[in-house]
Amino acid sequence: MIRALALLLLLASPVAAQDDPSGETIVAGLSQNLVAITTNFSGSEILIYGAVRREAPIPDTAPLEVVVTVQGPSGPLVVRRKERRFGIWMNTDAVTISRAPSFYAIASSAPLEEALSETENLRHQITIPRAIRAVGIAAEAEDSPLFLDALIRLRREEGDYALSESSVKLLESTLFRADIALPANLTEGDYKVRLFITRDGAVIDSHEEIIKVNKDGLERWIHNLAHEQPLIYGLLSLVLAIAAGWGASALFGLIRR
Amino acid sequence: MQLYLPIAELSVNAFALLGLGGIVGILSGMFGVGGGFIITPLLFFMGIPPAVAVATGANLVVASSVSGVLAQLKRKAVDFRMGLVLLVGGLIGSALGIWVFAWLTTLGQIDLFVQLSYVLFLGLIGAMMLKESLGALLRSRKPNAPIRRAHVHYAVHKLPLKMKFRASGLYISVIPPMLAGASVGFLSAIMGVGGGFIMVPAMIYLLGMPTKVVVGTSLFQIIFVTAFTTVMHAVASQTVDMVLALLLIIGGVLGAQIGSRIGVMLRAEQLRVLLALMVLAVCLRIALGLLLTPSEVYSIALGAP
Repeated sequence: MIRALALLLLLASPVAAQDDPSGETIVAGLSQNLVAITTNFSGSEILIYGAVRREAPIPDTAPLEVVVTVQGPSGPLVVRRKERRFGIWMNTDAVTISRAPSFYAIASSAPLEEALSETENLRHQITIPRAIRAVGIAAEAEDSPLFLDALIRLRREEGDYALSESSVKLLESTLFRADIALPANLTEGDYKVRLFITRDGAVIDSHEEIIKVNKDGLERWIHNLAHEQPLIYGLLSLVLAIAAGWGASALFGLIRR
Repeated sequence: MQLYLPIAELSVNAFALLGLGGIVGILSGMFGVGGGFIITPLLFFMGIPPAVAVATGANLVVASSVSGVLAQLKRKAVDFRMGLVLLVGGLIGSALGIWVFAWLTTLGQIDLFVQLSYVLFLGLIGAMMLKESLGALLRSRKPNAPIRRAHVHYAVHKLPLKMKFRASGLYISVIPPMLAGASVGFLSAIMGVGGGFIMVPAMIYLLGMPTKVVVGTSLFQIIFVTAFTTVMHAVASQTVDMVLALLLIIGGVLGAQIGSRIGVMLRAEQLRVLLALMVLAVCLRIALGLLLTPSEVYSIALGAP
């Protein structure tokens, strides 16, 4: 029984590696595993670096490419569209997207079309449209793909979604580095970093890391208080407001005298 | 200087917020309005999520109103008895409004409803005030012109439950101020404002209160209605951002003191013309937003419907 399982595991294990005779694998690291959001947080830059380990000489078939993605926490959202009704612009149609990441950055060492085939993209959900789960949206509006396009366009304009092709630096098909900028309006949570090495559009090996993004210091304290003791938080906000109002009045009274 | 807001979850320029608070404070001190009807739309434009903008705006209005009312108290321009009657009505109306707000949110057209109420009420009140105050200003330039009677007796003066409001020099039924308070409380809950811009004209034109005590009394009532709103938002949806509020408050309380000094220097009629023009400007801005073709017809809202 155990032997049968072991055999099964052996057969199931690195399918991708079998395609590649040189047995190339990724060794990678991050400049930081923790991003602390403090009061003066204004964005951060993550350096992702690594090397390709191989047991045989570099195959001289197609060139090796690297694709890196960073994905923030996902959640459901609604995309609405305005239309003119009775002379005024109002929201009419809406499409619910079941899961979309709050942040998604993708960087590659060559144009994505060359670095990644469509089947591999489907399997690993690498490009921005693939990272968004939009099942059953066709039933919600006649032209539902337009809503998905609008979501991606709006988020790209805000800098929440970023695609930078040919930005990963790759040396001698072995050493690579990618710089990913995290914007200032980060959501708390686990950010998943994925690395893929490809040859001829096919993924040879992949690697995953997690970056934790947490509020820190005063930010953390305020956030926790607001969610765990909302009544005390609300009353504290009031006391603060009343004290500030009274304080300013008293101060101005003194200055005038 | 960029600052990260813990509840709104985004980074904003601290000085822009201080300036914004200052402008609202000046308005608050000058006119006795909380400034909510200016700050809430401005926070939307800065990219603050609407729910956070409305709740934090209410918190800011508490601070600027406290500061303003203290300045008015020194001038003995607060009618406490009238304020309490308005407040009782206001809290009833506010509770009712919050219920209607929740109901409209489930229907999915709350944004449109809020904007339409802004346009309707700001337009109506602005036009009424401008007409009346311009008339008063012209009359005061011509001393020979017939003076309007200080007291006009409408049907409202025949209602029961009469009460003496000494500071306002009125002896009227408590029903009209109670109703005025309730309708303002209702609107303020729906529009996310203190309601001073509706309360001030209602006191002058509906209740016939002297302009001298209107500003102080309005501020007094607004403090309690917005305090109620702030705590309720904090408990119900955790959308009060303390860091955002504090920045706006610091700007706001300083502005309120400056504003009440400017208010003393201007004549009551001039003050009313200015307030009317400002109310109309905000009305026009929101109306244009509804009428002009928007540059982006799509919008994203987080969470499932």
